Amino acid sequence: MSHQEQLIPHGHILRYTFKERLNHWVAAGSYLYAMLTGLAFWTPALYWIAAMTGGGPLARFLHPWAGLIFTTSVCYMFVLWSGQMHFNDVDRQWWNSLHYYITNQDEKMPPAGRYNAGQKLLFWSFFYGALILLLSGLVLWFTDYIPWSLRWLRYTAVLLHPIAALITIGNFMIHVYMGVFAERGAFGSVIRGDVSLAFAKRYHPGWYAEIVGNSQRK
Amino acid sequence: MSQATLRIQKMSAHSGTAPGEGTQREEIVCKLIDTTTCIGCRACEVACMEWNDLPFGPTVFENNYQTMPDTRWNYWNLILFNEHEREDGSLQWLMRKHQCMHCAEPGCLEACPADGAIVQYTNGVVDFQQDHCIGCGYCISGCPFNIPKLNSVTKRVYKCTLCTDRVSEGLEPACIKSCPTGCLHFGTKDDMRDLAQTRATQLKDHYGFANAGVYDPPGVGGTGVIYVLHDATKPELYGGLPSNPTIPLAVKLWKHPLKWLGNLALVGGLVGLFIHYLRFGPKSREEEDLVPHEGAQP
Repeated sequence: MSHQEQLIPHGHILRYTFKERLNHWVAAGSYLYAMLTGLAFWTPALYWIAAMTGGGPLARFLHPWAGLIFTTSVCYMFVLWSGQMHFNDVDRQWWNSLHYYITNQDEKMPPAGRYNAGQKLLFWSFFYGALILLLSGLVLWFTDYIPWSLRWLRYTAVLLHPIAALITIGNFMIHVYMGVFAERGAFGSVIRGDVSLAFAKRYHPGWYAEIVGNSQRK
Repeated sequence: MSQATLRIQKMSAHSGTAPGEGTQREEIVCKLIDTTTCIGCRACEVACMEWNDLPFGPTVFENNYQTMPDTRWNYWNLILFNEHEREDGSLQWLMRKHQCMHCAEPGCLEACPADGAIVQYTNGVVDFQQDHCIGCGYCISGCPFNIPKLNSVTKRVYKCTLCTDRVSEGLEPACIKSCPTGCLHFGTKDDMRDLAQTRATQLKDHYGFANAGVYDPPGVGGTGVIYVLHDATKPELYGGLPSNPTIPLAVKLWKHPLKWLGNLALVGGLVGLFIHYLRFGPKSREEEDLVPHEGAQP
């Protein structure tokens, strides 16, 4: 898609294409189910969630399938976005200014591109988290096929699966907080696909300059 | 006494106390297996299948006397045959009745995420409640003896119940009942320990088994099934009986420090984000976003 096409009427920029949005919500839905059922199996205090997600045996049956859909969706995200997720000099400056970002002094932040350094880190930790969840999850899914001599695989999996899950849940909480509460306009971008020019200029000045600058040159 | 009167002293994945802990005057029961007088007749295997009405399945022949390589969801009791060559070149045929050990501290129960799917009665019997089981197989990872087996159709896990239906009626388990040599005994844990110790001493003093001893591993808090072995220093010879079984370290780490750290992080994260919003609020208001930028072309 050309930069000109990304500029849409009424002062908005297309941030996420239909494919990107749909894939995001496939990942979100499958992750939510896997996370909730996973939390039910994680601690007795949350086992009641299993009753809300179809009952224990059904939740156990669907959890790995939701996980497979999620990891497939994450792989497609990798295809779509990994090229834009490399850390550059601006990102290093961005990390050094993180305290300004946290305290909402966004005018003091270095000019982020389409994705800021935090979003890039989120992408990579979700990507590697999903990878570890998939591999350890396969061991736990087919645990009765693991021979006794390879039981170390099970022991590795019962530790790695919750650790990776906890890391992605941490990501997930921050992601939802940023997208729904902190950055007004971000949620709309993953529903309708567009953000206002003001939003783009405020949070992703590098990307804004790229889109608007290039379209004006043409 | 009936099964309904057996109270539960330990319960898997139960938030809160177990309903029966310390509420019943009940002896800890124990099965004693004297491997030195077992003749490998496998009557106990048949009795187990008969009493528990377990459906038969095809077995595998592996050039030995063993009925099948391992226990199954529908085969809870298996005599393991091991030919052991001693240092002097003579052969020793070691037979061990392999089944659930009914650990005092059961790894299966520790690993189970389903409320009440694995219970321990006040008499020490560890029992699977298939109606609460969700088929995750975590008990398979928690068990140091490779006992729980998954039924691929029902997706539930099964194992020896120590004939809890018989025991709760004051009867001995079916395997004990069927043993023709008297190598199997059943009674209270204290009595069985004494009997086992007497037999081990006898083996040492009169039969030349200098290392004879009792297998009642402390790593799992002792077991509800104890063995008399010709050589208690090498339990591995008896079909891989672990010398110091414990709940796997990974399972302990997962169920204790990781769980508490994880729960703290989850709650801390939620509280932290909420406080952040109270303190700093959103980065921008909707209205600000709507102000058109002077450079807007379209």
